[in-house]
Amino acid sequence: MCTVCGCGEGEARIAGAVHVHPDGTVHSHSHEHAHEHDHHHHEDGVSGDLDFGAGPARAHAPGISQSRMVQIEQDILAKNNGYAAENRQYFDERSIFALNLVSGPGAGKTALLVKTIELLKDKVAISVVEGDQQTSNDAERIRATGVPALQINTGKGCHLDGHMVGHALERLQPPDESLFLIENVGNLVCPAAFDLGEHHKVAILSVTEGEDKPLKYPDMFRAADVMLLNKCDLLPYLDFDADLAEANARRVNHDLTILRVSASSGEGLSGWVSWIESGLEAQRGKRSTTVDALKARIAELERQLTAK
Amino acid sequence: MHEMSLAEGILQLVEETARREQAQRVKTVVLEIGQLSSVEASALEFCFAAVAAGGVARAARLVIVDVPGAGECLVCGLAVPMESLFGICPGCGSHRLRPTAGTEMRVREIEIE
Repeated sequence: MCTVCGCGEGEARIAGAVHVHPDGTVHSHSHEHAHEHDHHHHEDGVSGDLDFGAGPARAHAPGISQSRMVQIEQDILAKNNGYAAENRQYFDERSIFALNLVSGPGAGKTALLVKTIELLKDKVAISVVEGDQQTSNDAERIRATGVPALQINTGKGCHLDGHMVGHALERLQPPDESLFLIENVGNLVCPAAFDLGEHHKVAILSVTEGEDKPLKYPDMFRAADVMLLNKCDLLPYLDFDADLAEANARRVNHDLTILRVSASSGEGLSGWVSWIESGLEAQRGKRSTTVDALKARIAELERQLTAK
Repeated sequence: MHEMSLAEGILQLVEETARREQAQRVKTVVLEIGQLSSVEASALEFCFAAVAAGGVARAARLVIVDVPGAGECLVCGLAVPMESLFGICPGCGSHRLRPTAGTEMRVREIEIE
């Protein structure tokens, strides 16, 4: 699975530039890449023979190796980060607020999304990307709320990456000043490393899991800016210490914003919704600052032209 | 198993460089993997061998340079070694540690011929 679009090689080929079906399902399968990015086509005609005369000098002096070191000095995730930066620029130019929801399977991401959408859809346009290995069940649940949703099936892939989300943006065309929600593959490990271009990762931990999950999977809780402690309506029936769970999360990430919520009872969701609304507001503010700066610059240039 | 994705990422950087340098084969790939990064070195070695099969780097030896984790205490400013993403400041007992080294995942250089 490459960091670019979930494609693999040979047996591992999950391949897949993302394919969009008429029902909105996007998935990957074996194919030759038609779209523009590098892949590992081994056309160099490299033979397995050791040929000491094949060096630049076409000769071999005993003891002098033909080999040489070449510096690369690049982040392994550089390609993915490039795609993520493009996505972030896309969002910022359009004042779109983008969130990447991450959790283990079963923490309640989709239920929480459905509730969030119901509370916000009359105030702001919303688009959703659903990541799962298989099925388009989650996108169907989201579409039932009346907002557009796109399913990305990662096949064997364990996370969404920046390139897949770029394809989703082309397909969904989210309107300016809207909310863009990405539900990542249910996995508390791999999605932590892959920037999708979102403004914040939101980690969801449910009270039916262990309080020590933030300590067991620190990468994810470190990468997130917000943690939603979900299913809090069940606390009276469980032996779960919510304060301890919060303390553990803060040991890993002191600056984490933590909200206790329940998607089924609606408890705590008003705080979550106002957090999203302030994020949307900040995105609009960012663009108006840019527009004001450009207007000021134009006025200054015009003044200079008139002066000449 | 995001090590498979990471291995593909490494292979892309390696093969691009090998092609540019018109290398016949890649003998060694030197990586810098921080102790605090989300990479399991043995899984990465396994995955790299799988994805590199059949290509210019198929026989490459993977050299993984461990970069030790280090951080600083945001309360008292003490520089502290870090073995995981969280810990306790030996100076003041605070949990507010910020990693300053050891989160990198980089391809440093390759040996080609």
